[in-house]
Parts: sequence; structure tokens; C-alpha cells
Amino acid sequence: MPALTIWSVRFALVYLGLGFTFGALMLWNKGLPISGALWSLLPAHIDFLLFGWTVQLILGVSFWILPRFKHPPKRGNEKLAWGAVILLNAGVLLVAISPFLAQLPWILTASRAAQLISALLYMLHAWPRIKPTGT
Amino acid sequence: MPPLTRWFLRSSLIFFVLALILGLVTTLLREGGDPQVGAVAQAFSPVYFHLFLVGWVTQLIFGVVFWMFPKYSMERPRGFESLGWASFILLNAGLILRAVFEPLHALQPAAGLGWLLALSAVLQWLGGLAFVANTWGRVKEK
Repeated sequence: MPALTIWSVRFALVYLGLGFTFGALMLWNKGLPISGALWSLLPAHIDFLLFGWTVQLILGVSFWILPRFKHPPKRGNEKLAWGAVILLNAGVLLVAISPFLAQLPWILTASRAAQLISALLYMLHAWPRIKPTGT
Repeated sequence: MPPLTRWFLRSSLIFFVLALILGLVTTLLREGGDPQVGAVAQAFSPVYFHLFLVGWVTQLIFGVVFWMFPKYSMERPRGFESLGWASFILLNAGLILRAVFEPLHALQPAAGLGWLLALSAVLQWLGGLAFVANTWGRVKEK
């Protein structure tokens, strides 16, 4: 596994653990109520599991297994992929803190913008690697 | 393909079909226009999402990761397989409990059903953590 894959998959596993923890707290709270405040974990639960876990795992593993180039840099423009990973994580973290910073409504917009730019960067990285193996 | 991966993948395919059946049935119920029937359909909404995203997507990923990720060691190529099996059993037991009792609890809240939802939460949580624990050591260069 290349370094970017190791980082992104480890982050993905952390988000999986946190996302499941938040989900379990909310489900427990549904059956045996603890506090209504636990529902503020819902945006983090959704974003941690959809973007932090699923999207980030796909991003990291595809960086690892997509066809490489014959000549260095074998995985193409790695800076684009690193930018995608950093922005994806920034976006997820901003969504998680957004319910606690209601006085800063732009945070949610910023998080979605970061995730969009992350997707664009990753598309630019991966596009040339979608090719027959060995070419 | 190791046996645990086959169990994860077959189970994920079953949940995929179940989720889509539930999606179709709840859509048909909502379109009927009866508010009481619509409330029943609404009670199944979280189950639909979780059958799809946990039962199908997450479980498919768990199975493929267990199969394809770098070896943990020569002696234990897939890490601690008992953790992998624990993950499979806990996740599925928790999800099935949730699928049955979350809508029932939403429609008729009762103390006994609340405990079963809490148990479902703990089982799924432990299943997720068991997967993380077994996979962490396999995220490496080779």
C-alpha cells in the first residue's frame, strides 16, 4: 500500500469507529432515552460514515489499485490526490462541528465546498489512470 | 475467497434485496394516501437506510477488505479471524434486531422493546469495532 492509501484507510477506519459510536448512542437513546441533545450527533454520524468512511476508503483503495503508468511518477499527480484527502477530511470535520456553531452558518457551506473541491481534485488525479493496464 | 468473505458477501446480497423490497413496499404504502398507513411506512424509513448502508454497502466492504488487504503476518495472514467472525455475527445480529424492533418501537413504544433497541445498538457498535481492530494492523505497505 502507498503512503496516501495507508493514511486515508486509517482515517476511514477511525471515522467508521466514531460513526458507529455516534449511531449506537442515538439508537440507544431512541430505545432508552438519555438526552435529546444526542440528536445533534446525526450530521456527524451521516458524514463520518458516508464521506469519512465509505468515500475515503474508496478514494484510498482506488489510489492503490488503479493502473499505474510505465514511467515515474507511476501513480500520476499524487499532489492532487493528497489535496483530495486533506479537503475531504476538512469537509467532514466541519460538518461534525457545524451543529455546535450555529452562529457560524457558513461552516456547512464551507464543508460542502471542501468536499466538492476534493471530488474534483480526485477526478483530475484518477482520470488518466483509467486505462488499459501496462500502457 | 475465504469463508468469512463468502458469508459477508452473501449476507450483504440478501440485505441489498431486502432493502430494495422494503423501499418498494414503503413507497407503495405512502402513495396509498392513508395517513395511518403512511405513518407505518415512515416507521420503516430508518430500517430501509440501514439495511442498505450497513447490511449491503458496509458488509460488502468488510468482506472484500478481509479478503484483499495486505497480510497481517505469515502466520496470521488475515489477522485474528475470530475478530472477523465476531464482527460478522455481531453486525448481523444487531442489524436484524434493529430491523424488527425499531419500527415496532416507533409505532408502539414499550419498555421491553426499548431494551432490545439498546441491545441492537451495542451489538452493531461492537461489530464495527471488531472489524476496525482486526483491519488496523493490515493497513501497511506490504
